[in-house]
Amino acid sequence: MAAPILVAKKDGPLSVFWRVLRANPLSFIGFLMVAILGVTALIVVVDPNLIIPYGPLQQTVARNASPSLQHPFGTDNLGRDIYSNVMLALPLDLGIGFAIAGSALLIGGTLGLIAGFYNTPGTIGGWTSVSIMRVTDIFLSFPSLILALALTRVLGLGVGPTVLAITITWWPFYVRLVRGEVLAVKHLPYVNAARAAGVTENRILLRHVLRNVLEPTIVYFTLDIGTVLVTYSTIGFIGVASKYPGPNPEWGAMLAFYQQTGSSNVYPWLVIAPGAAIFVTVLAFSLLGDGLRDILDPRTRRAFVRGTIAHEPPPEAPAPLAVASEAVTDSNPVAPVGIIDTGTRS
Amino acid sequence: MGRSLSDLFIFVGKRLLQLIPVLLGVIVLTFIVSHLRLTGLCNEWYPHAGATTIANCEAKYGAPLTTQFWQYFTGLLGGNWGASVTGVQVYPAMAADLPATVELVLAALFLMVVIGIPLGVIAAQYSGRLGDHLVRIFYLSGWATPTYLGAVIAAVFVGPALGLPTSGEYSTPTPPFTQYTHMSVIDAALALNLPYTVDAVDHLILPAVVLAFINMGIATRMTRASMLEVLPLDYVKSARMKGLGEFWVMYKHALRNALITTTTVLGITAGGLLAGTVVIEEVFDWPGIGQYAFTAIGGNGSTPNFDGAIAVVIIFAIAVVVANLVADILYGLLDPRVDWR
Repeated sequence: MAAPILVAKKDGPLSVFWRVLRANPLSFIGFLMVAILGVTALIVVVDPNLIIPYGPLQQTVARNASPSLQHPFGTDNLGRDIYSNVMLALPLDLGIGFAIAGSALLIGGTLGLIAGFYNTPGTIGGWTSVSIMRVTDIFLSFPSLILALALTRVLGLGVGPTVLAITITWWPFYVRLVRGEVLAVKHLPYVNAARAAGVTENRILLRHVLRNVLEPTIVYFTLDIGTVLVTYSTIGFIGVASKYPGPNPEWGAMLAFYQQTGSSNVYPWLVIAPGAAIFVTVLAFSLLGDGLRDILDPRTRRAFVRGTIAHEPPPEAPAPLAVASEAVTDSNPVAPVGIIDTGTRS
Repeated sequence: MGRSLSDLFIFVGKRLLQLIPVLLGVIVLTFIVSHLRLTGLCNEWYPHAGATTIANCEAKYGAPLTTQFWQYFTGLLGGNWGASVTGVQVYPAMAADLPATVELVLAALFLMVVIGIPLGVIAAQYSGRLGDHLVRIFYLSGWATPTYLGAVIAAVFVGPALGLPTSGEYSTPTPPFTQYTHMSVIDAALALNLPYTVDAVDHLILPAVVLAFINMGIATRMTRASMLEVLPLDYVKSARMKGLGEFWVMYKHALRNALITTTTVLGITAGGLLAGTVVIEEVFDWPGIGQYAFTAIGGNGSTPNFDGAIAVVIIFAIAVVVANLVADILYGLLDPRVDWR
């Protein structure tokens, strides 16, 4: 007499994705915004003439014109079209965000995997792990903006050196994040089971540990693109990254130029347009990252699909307090929960 | 479980000792980073200087790195942090600028505590509902605002609209009283000069609000997350069951435990807030270390100050390390589960 077997209906990832997005309207908006920004940037790269009417330095007859159909964001004192400059900066800024966060993810992620997985004291791996973490700790002591600014000064001015400078200051965040995640999963029963079954250590790392580290890292990466953008454009604003006006406009440098030339109080669109562009872009990635966290985290996913996470925190919630003992050794009493909790805004 | 006074000394002492290698590392790393590229550096750093300055500079940076490091390190300890192109000593200039920045950061922290924490409680209380979403929009807006954008909007549009001053610490350059602390509000209050105190507070409002608004998410998110952990616990339920009003349950019983993490995170934040002051102080002409950094780094076409820039990097890193230390110790003090021994 066979007991009836209850088979739970398994949701495909897409349907879960859709339901979480619906349950959380803000993430949905973020998702839409990122999609629109991405497509727009692609159009600008492929054929700028489709949506950009004027060249970045092209002077039109309309000087200091208010926003109109012909000049959606107005023009400056030489008749340069603000809309064209703002749109032209989009692919550059998005590309910089991806490039820096991506390189930091690769460098920091690899080091974090090594530092977390091969950390048996007394072995070569253990020593490597300790050295990686000490160097990371020292890098994390610097506010990234300040170190990046100084590095830009040393490496030279311009887009390339600035990207390099920010990357040099950025990878340690990923070391700490990935190492923490590796430490959390490396002693879970399924890893021990794989080891007992005779799977080699390297294979355990790549097939079993890495997979479970990926999800929080992707969430962090999404949120991070916005942060990178802000840092880059701040360096642009301070005036050591990009030249504006120039052939490759950038939002921070643009805003700085119009604020310093002093006409921004009379012609507010000059600073509002590039400012709104960066604000919208960063907000889009923040909302999307917040939503991704809910989608990828199985605990909130369950709660969200049921409708609300109101008074039902997960029983095995990774409370910041619970990981504190681990994190304290990194001279940081609270483990990173999300990007907003780990650092400050430059 | 050791939590006696002597254990506390061990607890703090251990952390102070751990500070030394980190600080050494900070200085070494800054030195390495600032000497990554040696050729042509002098011409770039001193663009308008004469041949003798360039020759002096190249002689200085041409010496072996170990010699340079030793010179720099002993100089740092002895208070000789180098000088700008025009010969202005770095150390006295930075020491004079520090109090104004500390005042700005403390004011911003104050705003983050009195506004950010209640918002976090509200978000937790209405988790998943409209109140939560509204709070999330508020702090994410701050998070998505680059410091320079917030500062420029406040200085160009908000300040004039509200009639708030947007430049400097006082309306008159030199106030008619002795500046003991060099923190504008405290000095004016110490001198019992009411008009100047009001004036100083007026000047502080906009930069502090911008700095706080941008970093508000840290306080709010942390409070929300820890409140959500605490709310379903039995002691909160029993407080409700004995008939306490919702306000007291939230703010007296639940928040008290939730605040441990928030306090710690705010401590860590204090060091990082400094980075935000670079742009804010420049825009609001606030005479602090952030403005010094902006100029030293060569912002807005000013003549860069190599020694000043290195000193700024070290000082900011030290601030972060010390803030982490304070946060660490605070956490040990506040959470009775931490063993001090």
